[in-house]
Amino acid sequence: MKILVCLKQVPHQDARLDVNGDGTWIKEDGIKFEINSYDTYALEEALRIKDAGEAEVVVASIGPDRVTQALRTALGMGADRAVHVNDAACQGSDALGIAKTLAAIAKEESPDLILMGLMSDDGNASAVPPMVAELVGMPSATAVVATERSEGNIRVERELEGGAVEVVDVPTPCLLAVQSGLNQVRYASLKGIMAAKKKPLDVKTAADLGVADAVGTAGAKVKIEKIYQPLRGEGAEILSGSTDEIVSSLMNKIKELGLL
Amino acid sequence: MSVTRSGLSEEREQILDAADRYAREQLAPLAPRMDEEEWWPDDAFRALGKEGFLGVTVPPELGGAGLDLFASGLVCQAFGRWNHAFALSWIAHENLCLNNILRNANDEQRERFIPGLCDGSAIGCLSLTEPGAGSDALGSMASTAKRDGDEYVLNGRKMFITNGSVADLTLLYAKTEPGKGAHGISAFVIEMASPGVSVTQKLVKMGFRGSQTTELAFEDVRVPVANRIGAENEGVVCVMSGLDLERALIAPICVGVAERALELTIEFARTREQFGEPIGNFQMIQSRIADMHALVETARTYNYHCLAQLNDLPPGQGGRGWAHKLSATSILYAANSMNQVVDHAVQVHGGNGYIWETEINRLFRATKLLEIGAGTTEVRKLIIAQELLKN
Ligand SMILES: Cc1cc2nc3c(=O)[nH]c(=O)nc-3n(C[C@H](O)[C@H](O)[C@H](O)COP(=O)(O)OP(=O)(O)OC[C@H]3O[C@@H](n4cnc5c(N)ncnc54)[C@H](O)[C@@H]3O)c2cc1C
Repeated sequence: MKILVCLKQVPHQDARLDVNGDGTWIKEDGIKFEINSYDTYALEEALRIKDAGEAEVVVASIGPDRVTQALRTALGMGADRAVHVNDAACQGSDALGIAKTLAAIAKEESPDLILMGLMSDDGNASAVPPMVAELVGMPSATAVVATERSEGNIRVERELEGGAVEVVDVPTPCLLAVQSGLNQVRYASLKGIMAAKKKPLDVKTAADLGVADAVGTAGAKVKIEKIYQPLRGEGAEILSGSTDEIVSSLMNKIKELGLL
Repeated sequence: MSVTRSGLSEEREQILDAADRYAREQLAPLAPRMDEEEWWPDDAFRALGKEGFLGVTVPPELGGAGLDLFASGLVCQAFGRWNHAFALSWIAHENLCLNNILRNANDEQRERFIPGLCDGSAIGCLSLTEPGAGSDALGSMASTAKRDGDEYVLNGRKMFITNGSVADLTLLYAKTEPGKGAHGISAFVIEMASPGVSVTQKLVKMGFRGSQTTELAFEDVRVPVANRIGAENEGVVCVMSGLDLERALIAPICVGVAERALELTIEFARTREQFGEPIGNFQMIQSRIADMHALVETARTYNYHCLAQLNDLPPGQGGRGWAHKLSATSILYAANSMNQVVDHAVQVHGGNGYIWETEINRLFRATKLLEIGAGTTEVRKLIIAQELLKN
């Protein structure tokens, strides 16, 4: 069995983000990056299947040199092989450009299962996984919170609004986009990090994958117009006085607003 | 923690990141209770062993990760950021005990002791200091081991021993020929469950709380000759080269604590408002933050230099010469820098920094110990000056 896990490298959860000069993205200079948190659950799910029996886990990512670090971390956690699309032409791709690139990798690899995170911590669009599934012609499920594999099928639980759960059967090969909390993600061990040095990491360009026209700002149908921090709103009020005074004026406000 | 442009290789950066993630998720949550109650988390070492954070320098055949001293330092730095008390206990096990045995023991002893220390089923400690023998640990040592057939009979007391009450094994130094001073000392591995070994005091500390600091007593403890590490009366080689590595590896705790203190301080200076603006806008606060940054960067860089230089120190080397001076300089500077950094940090935090249960206050109370343990600041200066002034 072969499993393809697609990962994105995103700014570290502690990184302080500032908008860049032309207001179209954040300043990436000097900040630390890590694997998108949702994707770590996808990777863990793949590694569990590997641990349970015979599976090869291939990880793939698109981005500049820094992305090697994310792929090496995934190899250190136990993935067998990595594919890195490192091509300046891919910069500014929209979701469809990214999906076409990942789909091209999937076509080369023909995996039995594709695992991805539900969304990215930075972009938050949740667009890429269903697009990839459509492009490679696989059935898919999103917001996966539990899986149970049987011959030719994966039964998945999907998280719905309000905590409800939907159960669906997805025939394999298929693509699953997983929700955070699906499992407990393992740590890259020191031994694993050493072993990862010897694992293959293939570097490819968009042209190698035949998607040169689809990627980058040129290929993008969606363009980011502007990124900005919401302006500080008016209307915040700081209550003052003794504790009793603060509590009673807070209670009055709540009653005024009809919240009680 | 987002530290960038560290100058580390990609692989070392990954080691630091892996340890940082582990420490932040698994060790940081233990810190408040350890600090509050001097509580020891019983399962933590087994968990560490399972995740492969014990035996960093040990070859894989013996159950370790097969990495180097530098990697060990990076793990310590990451642990130091999130739970410095635990980092201290880890160092006592990993470096003072385990790595010393690895470097100085014979193959049979390695196979007997090391795998358990790597998987966390056994905890180690080092017993050198005594009630009457601190800075002059070798000269004033009163513990004795008298040969009796295939055994030694050990008597003495050991003071301030980290992990003493939770350890399964201790690497211990005692005089086998009291008349010969430093050249009459031998090293032994003692099983803590042996008859005659007892914990006579658990010491309550001002900082690094939760790391168990103890006084141990040894009364007619019978130790097989097969547990002597190295030749009889040649323990001094093991002690002195071990101490150099210990100094190189304790400095990363200082770096980790200082990094975290700086991070918390920057966050506080950005968000705390007085006179209608963030206190980070005031030049006197900025001055402290700039000083803290310079101290953190220089302590880290010099410690990395020291770890890189000592990385391949052959067993039996050190304890004199460049390695001795280098490791003493690194810890002298790192401990002093950390003390200054946590002092600035509490000042920037104002009243909040003085409250016991805050993280910054816990970091503040880490002050001083690393100027005392592994040779005091004064002893470090003696080493450095003696090396510089000798002919
Ligand atoms: C929390 C903690 C954990 C520890 N863990 C361990 C452990 O795991 N194993 C272990 O063996 N030990 C351990 N120690 C002991 C530690 O290494 C000693 O405390 C240290 O070596 C200093 O010895 P001392 O406390 O007896 O001080 P002393 O040697 O009595 O020193 C008192 C003062 O005199 C100064 N001084 C002494 N000699 C000179 C000199 N020649 N010139 C100038 N000044 C001098 C010292 O610098 C110091 O300022 C630990 C200590 C602490 C506090």
